[in-house]
Amino acid sequence: MTQRRHFQIGTGLFILLGFAALGYLATQTTSLANFDQGPSYALKARFTNVGQLKLRAPVKVAGVRIGTVSGIQFEPDRLDALVTLSIDKRYQQLPDDSAAAIFTSGLLGDQYVGLQPGGSPDYFKDGDEVVLVQNAIQLEELIGKYLVGGNGPEKGAAGKNDSPEAVPPASGK
Amino acid sequence: MSAASRRLGYVADALAQVGDGGLFFLAILRALPASLRYLGETVRQIWFVGAMSLTIIVTCGLFVGMVLGLQLYHTLSIFGGTGALGTVVALSLYRELGPVVTALLFAGRAGTSITAEIGLMRATDQLAAMEMMAVDPMAYVVSPRFLAGIVAMPLLACVFNALGIAGAHVVGVTWLGLDNGTFWSNMTANVELWDDVLNGVWKSAAFGAVVTLIATFQGYTTPPTSEGVAYATTRTVVASSILTLALDFILTAFLM
Repeated sequence: MTQRRHFQIGTGLFILLGFAALGYLATQTTSLANFDQGPSYALKARFTNVGQLKLRAPVKVAGVRIGTVSGIQFEPDRLDALVTLSIDKRYQQLPDDSAAAIFTSGLLGDQYVGLQPGGSPDYFKDGDEVVLVQNAIQLEELIGKYLVGGNGPEKGAAGKNDSPEAVPPASGK
Repeated sequence: MSAASRRLGYVADALAQVGDGGLFFLAILRALPASLRYLGETVRQIWFVGAMSLTIIVTCGLFVGMVLGLQLYHTLSIFGGTGALGTVVALSLYRELGPVVTALLFAGRAGTSITAEIGLMRATDQLAAMEMMAVDPMAYVVSPRFLAGIVAMPLLACVFNALGIAGAHVVGVTWLGLDNGTFWSNMTANVELWDDVLNGVWKSAAFGAVVTLIATFQGYTTPPTSEGVAYATTRTVVASSILTLALDFILTAFLM
């Protein structure tokens, strides 16, 4: 009888250990780990090109993650992409003239939305739109431009958009 | 002439083996409801094939993770992408190496002992004695081992994966100086629960079924001699390794 209890307890422990390992893998090493349920508020930004931006991509200020991309939709009437950003409620002091840009982290990295703080004394509120945007940098487009050669006054690929800076920053953050 | 007919005989034998295996699988399925009466036996088998295999799984998982960390760090540094180490290690473990290496180790650790045990039961007429006592050996001996394999393999593969990640973390972050945050954030950004983690879980359940099916079949149909049991044990390892890898290719093509 004691022998019987011994292996039954052992089997129970083994099954628990297996499920603990599965739970660890599922919650700590997959995209579920980035799924923060904390209170957040929404900002909108319109891009003419979102590149490879995906849902749940991070939103960063000064390289620190403050939220996630919660929606990417095509807007048929304006023919651009409406990106919804869920910003953590803890970070409410974002000046309302901040600029949003789509960067790539590293050479093989994913794309993320970087917010560059402005100098306005007023802050963004829930549902506000980020007016100053800079599109994803399309590497192919840039290379194409350089191959074709100097196009005169048009400076770089991102220049024809309504972006605050015509020349893309060197490497992101 | 006789050589040709003998070769034809070998082919026919091999085909008959496959056919017998298929029929044996159906017999297991038929015996599954009856085997629910022997739930304690299934629990004992999970202990035997699962929990007793933990030592080898833990050790091998750790070392496979460490060597993956070393090798992939080297390869990724060629492309300047060492930040993706966590992602690449996790994806190769979850999708491929975890289920497959666990299945190979499982065939060596648990499959052989199942074959030898059932084979000796056959050789010493214990199976015949059970039939005499109106205990169906398919329900009492074979099905619990089959069920235990299906339950234990995914759990073992998960433990293997977790230890593999830990090993890669030790090598990549502690030893080679990769940034801890980069390792984890890159991994969590690219690994998906359904597509990657559970994909490997389904696979390993299928491998557990294949390995225990072959092990019980070889044991059940072994010639009742010591030499027969020895050959059956060898065939278990060979056949389940080949079938695991072949099935892995097919399942991957379907689950991609």
